[in-house]
Amino acid sequence: MAKRIDVSGLSAYYGAHKAIDDISMTVEPRSVTAFIGPSGCGKSTFLRTLNRMHEVTPGGRVEGKVMLDDENLYGTNVDPVAVRRTVGMVFQRPNPFPTMSIFDNVAAGLRLNGNYKKSQLADIVERSLKGANLWNEVKDRLNKPGSGLSGGQQQRLCIARAIAVEPDVLLMDEPCSALDPISTLAIEDLIGELKERFTIVIVTHNMQQAARVSDRTAFFNLAAVGQPGKLIELDDTERIFSNPSVQATEDYISGRFG
Amino acid sequence: MATTTPDIQGSRGAKSATRPGDRIFSGLSRGSGITLLVIMAAIAVFLTYRAVLAVSDDSTNFFTTFEWNPAGSPPVFGIAVLAFGTVVSSVIAMLIAVPVAIGIALFISHYAPRKLAKPLAYVVDLLAAVPSIIYGLWGAIFLVPYLDGLNKWLDQYLGWTYVFDKSSDGVARNLFTVGILLAIMILPIITNVTREVFLQVPKMHEEAALALGATRWEVIRMSVLPFGRSGIISASMLGLGRALGETMAVAVVLSPSFVLSGHLLDPGGGTFAQNIAAKFNEANEYGRDALIASGLVLFVITLLVNGAARWIIGRRKEYSGAAA
Ligand SMILES: Nc1ncnc2c1ncn2[C@@H]1O[C@H](COP(=O)(O)OP(=O)(O)OP(=O)(O)O)[C@@H](O)[C@H]1O
Ligand SMILES: [Mg+2]
Repeated sequence: MAKRIDVSGLSAYYGAHKAIDDISMTVEPRSVTAFIGPSGCGKSTFLRTLNRMHEVTPGGRVEGKVMLDDENLYGTNVDPVAVRRTVGMVFQRPNPFPTMSIFDNVAAGLRLNGNYKKSQLADIVERSLKGANLWNEVKDRLNKPGSGLSGGQQQRLCIARAIAVEPDVLLMDEPCSALDPISTLAIEDLIGELKERFTIVIVTHNMQQAARVSDRTAFFNLAAVGQPGKLIELDDTERIFSNPSVQATEDYISGRFG
Repeated sequence: MATTTPDIQGSRGAKSATRPGDRIFSGLSRGSGITLLVIMAAIAVFLTYRAVLAVSDDSTNFFTTFEWNPAGSPPVFGIAVLAFGTVVSSVIAMLIAVPVAIGIALFISHYAPRKLAKPLAYVVDLLAAVPSIIYGLWGAIFLVPYLDGLNKWLDQYLGWTYVFDKSSDGVARNLFTVGILLAIMILPIITNVTREVFLQVPKMHEEAALALGATRWEVIRMSVLPFGRSGIISASMLGLGRALGETMAVAVVLSPSFVLSGHLLDPGGGTFAQNIAAKFNEANEYGRDALIASGLVLFVITLLVNGAARWIIGRRKEYSGAAA
């Protein structure tokens, strides 16, 4: 079930380097929120704090609170592995498991989570591939390796893999930046469909994409290189792109900056 | 050529034939390549010729005879015991060394804190460089007496398996000890190579598993081991090659005899390399030819093993990490 994300006072570090500083924001369930901002301002870092992937990096450390409905992801007794099972992630470069077939790729998360009967597994795999708009292209070759697909198909395979476990939230870090315009459109359409069921957060460098797919847009910025990134403003996408309340946002969007 | 733009490829190709440096270099490299091939062919022909001479004079079947007496009249010799001993000791070595090496490599690459991983990797590197005669001496002086106890224990509790049934007394100068010693000897090289492979697993494959909620062990199972699979096989083959051909360590530890026994704890048996080292000096010319013939069999076994490994690696190429 889609859940609300409520972040308060969140900072993240790489060793001694503070990458993002004191971020607070709320993301509504069943909505798409886009993160934009110049390179190095900490969008990926922040995204990865939302499923506790940040601490996988050597030296990675987080302060603050991330509430998923009423559970603090950074609470003392919370298992990061369990968090990642409820907050799915799609990466910039498509990364299907190269040694697994298409079917096994989609089933991978299910097999981690528990015992499914063969028929159940087949049902969920089909439903997830349909959900990712990939079913028609691969239904005749489910046993072929996932790495044999095109880049755009691989990325949709990764989306199918992520939604197969029915996460509460879906995080996407520049999911289209390695794809051609047609594959990009296919994934944007898909995001529009997926937001009926999931809370979606997407990082993008493409302003048009942010404007097309998102309901809310967050603009991040950093004072100077080496300084931590900060959240400048978060508002309805329409407002951000027509009449932002901070000058820096307008500068960035109109290309006068960054 | 009827092109208006300068034909870069063609002109470069034409020029290189006239440039003296290129000509000398290409002549040199071609010459040394051909020389190498000729030398290798000459060695192969020579060895095969001598081996065929010896085997054709053998009064019994070269492959099934349990005896080595090429000086007798008529000459009687066969490789059955050597082939058995070589294969069995190497299989024991692989069964022990490969899983342990994978475990150590995973520990160094994915579990140990960096402070511990570095010195550990360094020690393993060092162990790989220890000469085999040192392992042999250590095996004979330390390992054999130590394994006496283990042998008795195995005999007592696992004697019913036939393999561990010890029918005669005597110290542990047997194929089982040789296998363990070989395992210890090939452990460092297998560990090193697999560790390198595990460290090269692309981060994005590991993160794919992590983001699905995989535990550390599940990440290893889903991403690291499949990616490292062909590397593990190659590393194992490297180790197996050493085990099959190991001479000094086996010669020091084993008390050889031409008995083929499935009781691996009984002293005796032999391997190709050990037999050649032990017999070569006192053999007459004909006896040496017989040893050469046995060496060729070892060579063929090694070739077959390598071919099998290549076949296994190639069979699932489209699923390998390299395709992504
Ligand atoms: N693994 C790491 N180790 C150390 N510092 C890092 C690491 N990854 C990122 N950083 C630093 O953290 C800061 C934020 O990086 P991040 O990747 O989150 O930026 P981003 O907004 O996603 O940039 P881009 O738009 O280029 O993807 C940068 O200063 C970067 O140098
Ligand atoms: Mg980024």
